[in-house]
Amino acid sequence: MHIPDGFLAAPVWAALDGVALPAVALAARRAQRGMEDARIPLLGVMGAFVFAAQMINFPVGIGTTGHLVGAALLACTLGPASATVVMSAIIAIQALVFQDGGILALGANLFNMAVMGVLAGYLPYRLWGGGRLRRFAIFAGGFLSVLASASLALGELLLSGVRMPVSVLSLSMTVFAVSALLEGAITLAVMQALETMQPDFVRRPAGGRGLALAAAGAAAVLLAAVGVLFASTAPDGIYRLAQLTGIGGRAGTLFSTPLSGYEIAAFGSPWLRKAGAGLIGLAAIFAACTVFGRLAAKRSA
Amino acid sequence: MLELPVRQPGPLDRRDARSKLAALLVFLVVISTARSAFPETAAALALLLAAACVWARLPLAAALRRAAVVVPFTLFFVLVCWMAGEPGRGLALAVKSYLSCLAVWLVIATTPLPALLRGFESFGAPRFLLMVAQFVYRYLFVISEEARQMAQAALARGGTARAAFRLLGFRAAAGALAVLFARSYGRAGEVHRAMLARGFRGRLRCLDAPRFRPADAAFLAAASLVPVLARLAAERLA
Amino acid sequence: MAAALVEVRGLRFRYPDGTQALNGIDFSLEAGESVALFGANGSGKTTFVMHLNGLLAGEGSINVCGLAVESGNLETIRGKVGLVFQDADSQLFMPTVLEDVAFGLLNRGMEPAKAADRARSALQAVGMSAAADRAPYHLSAGEKKRVALAGILAMDPEILVLDEPTTFLDPPGQRTLADLLRGLSQAKMVITHNVRFAQAVCDRAVFFERGKIAAHGPVEEMIARFDWDFVTEPTKFARR
Repeated sequence: MHIPDGFLAAPVWAALDGVALPAVALAARRAQRGMEDARIPLLGVMGAFVFAAQMINFPVGIGTTGHLVGAALLACTLGPASATVVMSAIIAIQALVFQDGGILALGANLFNMAVMGVLAGYLPYRLWGGGRLRRFAIFAGGFLSVLASASLALGELLLSGVRMPVSVLSLSMTVFAVSALLEGAITLAVMQALETMQPDFVRRPAGGRGLALAAAGAAAVLLAAVGVLFASTAPDGIYRLAQLTGIGGRAGTLFSTPLSGYEIAAFGSPWLRKAGAGLIGLAAIFAACTVFGRLAAKRSA
Repeated sequence: MLELPVRQPGPLDRRDARSKLAALLVFLVVISTARSAFPETAAALALLLAAACVWARLPLAAALRRAAVVVPFTLFFVLVCWMAGEPGRGLALAVKSYLSCLAVWLVIATTPLPALLRGFESFGAPRFLLMVAQFVYRYLFVISEEARQMAQAALARGGTARAAFRLLGFRAAAGALAVLFARSYGRAGEVHRAMLARGFRGRLRCLDAPRFRPADAAFLAAASLVPVLARLAAERLA
Repeated sequence: MAAALVEVRGLRFRYPDGTQALNGIDFSLEAGESVALFGANGSGKTTFVMHLNGLLAGEGSINVCGLAVESGNLETIRGKVGLVFQDADSQLFMPTVLEDVAFGLLNRGMEPAKAADRARSALQAVGMSAAADRAPYHLSAGEKKRVALAGILAMDPEILVLDEPTTFLDPPGQRTLADLLRGLSQAKMVITHNVRFAQAVCDRAVFFERGKIAAHGPVEEMIARFDWDFVTEPTKFARR
């Protein structure tokens, strides 16, 4: 779900830009694997593959078709850092060339799909990919990656003040769940076909090492997706949470930067300001989890 | 697939990618954060974009059609806002996203993507990521063409379009994707070997980047100020 | 007597999956020669040429321009051996034609301005100057092949190696390429199934069979000996 420009409130897109861009830069450094530019052709061509793969239609029954999103597949075959880089490149091109997704909202879309989508797609595989639950792990990866991306997007829209009646909210979540199931199924089917064809394509996850960290990471991602959605429907809850964690005050000062005067004039609603502050706090927590998880995984690998 | 109109280059094509990007960002912020006197602001900015389109010698009709890409998405939210009793917000969403799309299109229609990516590098984006994006764009059409041929071959075996979807089946589609994956992976290896054969030793070197000229600075100043002034004027006069 | 440009003795190579692709190849190439490489698919032709610039490494001895093909010499050797791949799309990987042709020069450390100039000359040599700022995607197969050749020529190689250059080319494109190649003074090795193209461009031919060179000699002789032309006797598929 690519969010266009004009939908997100300034605090939301600004905060997400601030979170996503460093996360993607970190992923880029890891994906290089110290080989400078040697991996560029591989990641580039596989990015083109994901684009092209969206042309191949999978029958869903009742006359409709769906297609692969790809974050989980990339994560299981190229590794999470490379997958994030590839997805980021794709999202950037979609925004610039096809106007699918906004430019100011690029941070949000990158966060939802290239960072969280990839993490959610990879973590089940990292946890259970080496054992008997392998097929479930792959399916779960596909499922969670789409669910997390879509939920985050929805949450960000709600936080930005788009009010949704409960009926529409439930309908949206249902559609997300169906897409997520489809992604899980497609990812699993393609991975199985790949293994039959060329076992080297599919990485065997290390398993064992860093399991606790991976589990913590999984929890962080789930918290992110569910938390933002919950928080967005109860703005006061965020504010209270922010106050509790002591971030609220600091976020307030963050807010009174030179730019903020402009924003506050533009957003007279105090609710939005509170939500914005809360979101910055939450986003900071998620970013910290991601960075911590990656650094720790790097050390244990 | 996007096919940019083949046309004579206009004044906007000649401007440095960085100046266009910076101006675009300013415009997007101005339209995105517009709140009070919205109809007037939107009208002023829309006129501005139309004028820019004409000045850049871009076909206005094509531009308007292109920006409509965002409409299906926004239509849903217009409905949602209407159901929630806030039709004004829904309309504002639609207008903001449409005008933002139009602005982005103006930039991409007058700037080749590799130049834009190079421009992002000046803004601090990681070089590795930008080069990957450059390669994605280069091979986008090549791999899509392979995918299209595979889909067409399946269609040919299936008879009619509808029959092909049923006939293709889940497993077959997954198999097709796996084959495409393998071919893409193989091509990546070929590209790497072609790079090695011409002396690649680890770092992709590029030809000189175009220089930032006074005309670019003038453009940037003008293109940044005008939307801001237009919005302030609209808000003042409304 | 001047040393041969390429001197291969007893080259063997096995792929990781176990296939013995090369079974002892002896080959030599003198300056100015044009050699066609014939052989069935999978007989080792492409595998062989990839050893000449060190993309693959097997057992046996290979010397290119007097240097052994080993890791210390690869940079020099890759400047001497210009390999044009079968699929031009895999070779033209930069966003514009000019950047692609300049790629090899920039890798050598040449100044960007000088590299751009040399690239333009190379494009002129193949008749593609007008395409300098275009994206490779928009070129026809023949144009892409010429640009790929320009990218190699810009590096001033002593040996040109072309892997099935006429695939994807229509007859006029093949003609243009043949004329172009005939006008170049470098030694040439051309892997091809296109016997007419081989006759037009090459003086002699070698015939690959299951990883070995079964025979070598003039092009016409190899074609006749191995029945390597698809023109069959008139009576064979006569309509009734």
